[in-house]
Amino acid sequence: MATAVQTVERENYLNSNYGLKSWLLTTDHKRIALLYLMSITAMFWLGGFFAMMIRLELLTPAGDLVSSDTYNKMFTMHGITMVFFFLIPSVPAVIGNFVIPLMVGAKDLAFPRLNLASWYIYMIGAALALWGFMLGGVDTGWTFYTPFSTGYSKTHVVTVAVGIFVVGFSSIFTGLNFIVTIHRMRAPGLTWSRLPLFCWSNYAASLIMVLGTPVIAITLLLVAFERLFHIGVFNPQLGGDPILFQHLFWFYSHPAVYIMILPGMGVISEVITCFSRKRAFGYEFVALASIAIAVLGFLVWAHHMFVAGISMYSALVFSLLSYFVAIPSAVKVFNWTATMYKGSVRFDTPMLYAWGFIGLFTMGGLTGVFLASLGIDVHVTDTYFVVAHFHYVMVGGMVLAYMAGLHFWWPKITGRMYPEPPAKLSALLVFVGFNLTFFPQFVLGYMGMPRRYHAYPPEFQVLNVLSTAGASVLAVGYVLPMIYFLWSLRYGEPAGPNPWNAVGLEWMTPSPPPTHNFDETPVVTWEAYDYEHQPQEEITVGH
Amino acid sequence: MATSPDIEIAEHAFQHHFGSMEQQRETATFGMWMFLLTEIMFFGGLFCSYLVYRRSYYQAFVEGSQKMNIILGAVNTAVLICSSLTMAMGVRAAQLGQRKLMVILLLVTILFGFGFLGIKAVEYHEHWTNHEFPGPNFHFETGDPAHPATDPQHTEIYFSLYWAMTGLHALHMVIGVGLVTWLVVAGMRGAFTPEYYNPVENVGLYWHFVDLVWIYLFPLLYLISHKHAG
Amino acid sequence: MWKNFPLFPEAASSLAGQVDGLYFFLVAVSAFFTVLIFVTIFIFAIKYRRQVNPLPTQIEGSLPLELTWTLIPLGICMIFFAWGSLIYFQEGRVPRGAMEVYAIGKQWMWKFEHETGQREINQLHVPIGRDVKMIMSSQDVIHSFFVPAFRIKTDVLPGRYTTTWFHATKLGTYHLFCAEYCGTQHSGMIGEVVVMDPSAYQAWLSGGGVMGSLSANGQQLFQQLGCATCHRADTQGRGPNLAGVFGKPVLLDDGRTVFADENYLRESILNPNAKIVSGFKPIMPTFQGQVSEENLAALVAYIKSLVQLQQASNRPAVPVND
Repeated sequence: MATAVQTVERENYLNSNYGLKSWLLTTDHKRIALLYLMSITAMFWLGGFFAMMIRLELLTPAGDLVSSDTYNKMFTMHGITMVFFFLIPSVPAVIGNFVIPLMVGAKDLAFPRLNLASWYIYMIGAALALWGFMLGGVDTGWTFYTPFSTGYSKTHVVTVAVGIFVVGFSSIFTGLNFIVTIHRMRAPGLTWSRLPLFCWSNYAASLIMVLGTPVIAITLLLVAFERLFHIGVFNPQLGGDPILFQHLFWFYSHPAVYIMILPGMGVISEVITCFSRKRAFGYEFVALASIAIAVLGFLVWAHHMFVAGISMYSALVFSLLSYFVAIPSAVKVFNWTATMYKGSVRFDTPMLYAWGFIGLFTMGGLTGVFLASLGIDVHVTDTYFVVAHFHYVMVGGMVLAYMAGLHFWWPKITGRMYPEPPAKLSALLVFVGFNLTFFPQFVLGYMGMPRRYHAYPPEFQVLNVLSTAGASVLAVGYVLPMIYFLWSLRYGEPAGPNPWNAVGLEWMTPSPPPTHNFDETPVVTWEAYDYEHQPQEEITVGH
Repeated sequence: MATSPDIEIAEHAFQHHFGSMEQQRETATFGMWMFLLTEIMFFGGLFCSYLVYRRSYYQAFVEGSQKMNIILGAVNTAVLICSSLTMAMGVRAAQLGQRKLMVILLLVTILFGFGFLGIKAVEYHEHWTNHEFPGPNFHFETGDPAHPATDPQHTEIYFSLYWAMTGLHALHMVIGVGLVTWLVVAGMRGAFTPEYYNPVENVGLYWHFVDLVWIYLFPLLYLISHKHAG
Repeated sequence: MWKNFPLFPEAASSLAGQVDGLYFFLVAVSAFFTVLIFVTIFIFAIKYRRQVNPLPTQIEGSLPLELTWTLIPLGICMIFFAWGSLIYFQEGRVPRGAMEVYAIGKQWMWKFEHETGQREINQLHVPIGRDVKMIMSSQDVIHSFFVPAFRIKTDVLPGRYTTTWFHATKLGTYHLFCAEYCGTQHSGMIGEVVVMDPSAYQAWLSGGGVMGSLSANGQQLFQQLGCATCHRADTQGRGPNLAGVFGKPVLLDDGRTVFADENYLRESILNPNAKIVSGFKPIMPTFQGQVSEENLAALVAYIKSLVQLQQASNRPAVPVND
């Protein structure tokens, strides 16, 4: 029953102050989270537009929709937009910003003004990158390999590289804020072993943000200098080494994928426990697995370079370490599954997305195991097999986790429930559309279709058509939530403080929360996910 | 002894999302340490590149480093170390509530900072006029007719890294000078008291870090091959 | 129907079967675990749904389970690691006596040169049943030499040689792709590898305009560029005698010993002062910018062909570290 409910509104962070200035100069982490939500949603659609152009072009073997140069710009800008401007900030900057202070019982993050500065830095970086796109784009691939990017590409490399350099600082400052907050701002009684796993995951991701991002910053700066001043740090014609670029680039960009996935894994831990009404199975193992992924993630970067000309012995070491980093992720998957055992399971939308995550992340992670195997990697690297692998973990994993989190915390953020039936439908469309889009790409990759190809031999067409068809289903699955989330702001069922009857400090304050989060600082005397002592109440909203 | 204006100032500086002044202080300091960690990684990429190329093109790098002005570099090192001394003394003065002394010490620190930047500018000018800036106008000569340049192409990379590393360091010095200037202005207005001088401490941490980066740069770029018989 | 809609690449090299074997093993294990997780979640979701199981049973965890599902995957991964590494090492070790082909990648074409001097563009003819070593470099940006049917791929770099090898086991024509994005016509930088039977290959070699074998061209260049002035066939030259230098260790003036492979020869021509042979002065001029990739390949081929002549002197002309 969707009626516009007019209640006498309590003072909360949304209505405490009106006007553009109150939003643009806010230091309230909850408002900043919403500012980020708008920005990254816009960038997601931009990245999606580039994806659409790619898939439309690949319907036919000939390069007949756009020119080669345009196509090369499309996949480059798709990668840059999605990686740097959507995936890396998504869960931390939107959900993390909103929820972490609430989860630790604090009034705000440690450095609220730095948080606002983070958003402005993001916007400046995005503006620079977008300006570079509008000036004509960039065609180096999101990986900017030299010497093509420094000496041969005729596109706006410097502008876009500087944009990415700037947005990196947004990430660093967010990570710094999270680390300090989790260390220093926990409510009394909230020990590390009682911390929600979402905090553990974001903490681990923040370690990577803080330690890894500066390296790509300096690397892109060097690329910009090389283009501007014709120095030869990476250009062999001037005495430089293009492989050094790859090492420096991947030293960040591999851990970056763990920046992307760890917060998503944190969401899954919250959702699985809530919708099974159970404590997390193997809590310490899941918490430590997050830290292990962060640490090991820094030791495997050259698995992107097995055929790049590194020595066989280096390759051996990096292959071995890559297997080690796979294990904690597997441990998490098993623990999530075990959490459902003998639980009391509900099929609400966040849980559906969480199941989708577990299945698709498992497939994506397992195909990573293929790539870690040197003999296989030689054949499938730089083909659509890799493209499928990373879309399984990034989209099938990360985007589904983001959707799970948005749906899970939507009532807390807005005070409204989203409508369940279209939400379930979207989840199904996303799952089906996703698999149809990307599974054929595994086959294409093993067959030998290289990536970043504008035109391809005709025998690859059928699978490409299937992939494009899947993408259109996927797109519908993404459009629907835009519509019903917006709809819910006005017509959604009002949500109480704890519509899911979940355990966690964020559910002990009203929805939406007041600006200062808690009227009194909570004192924590219970273990994490203490569903044993949480009173059973029927969830009455959202069906 | 805490006077009531001092306590008022400290209370004014208190940010209310913290539970106590002590929490605010510890958090801010922790935040500065985390930031310095990121700075280590930032410079780290350049140091790593330098070490990799030095190993591969040793002779070229030796020849490049022999064109460094070791006297100016040593003077700059002394200047920075003294500046860290005056900075640390400034923090101590703030802690003791000695406002005038703090301001003087911070001003001296700024002076040393400008001294460093000035000497650096002299060095840069020298390298520039010797065509030792990478790019189309780069032209390297050892200056010793008995030992001509063996590998100028890779000496250009030495200079690329020299300019990048010292340039990035100089940029951090400029930012440091700006931060200390802010401390002077705020300090003159009485913003810091024995109960609240954490910003002075944290800027001090930043300043010492930038000094420390130079302590690594100087030997690696200037000293390490200086007496090597080419 | 399957011809137009293949789902699996042809296997045309000696290593392809091994790669496919590992692949199928990986597929089987992955499918097993995927199905296991999907089915388990499905069963738990249905069996413990709220309507039939309103009261959950809180379970903290289980150390035996954690160890099991950590160590078993680790063990399986070690099998993948070992098997994959074995294949990789085979791919990395070029067998002795392999036939050599020089490849030069440039935006956006492949140039091949056979030892006998035969040149090709975007097409590579090779005999079946012989080891073929590719010695590759790029004239501009990074490319990658990829033949799916052989299951091999190696990046082709500017400023350096990279090598790969294969042993074709099936007659036919197979795709050659550039697999490292290199600009506008990256997807146009494709060609074919034509595997012929040995007699057909010989016939092909002797037909068409041949410009002299690689090493003969190299010898000409060696004279033309003045290399022979210093690198004499005795010990009196200002430069080391190059006979027999390839494939052996070389002692440098700073005490290091390096292995004289194709990259060493290349570097010695383009950047001679990077490594000075012990007992010689750093006086060799650089030929950077004066030799094309094709000429470099010819020179390298020529130097490789120089056999050490024992009668010239009793001690080796190029000092080696014993």
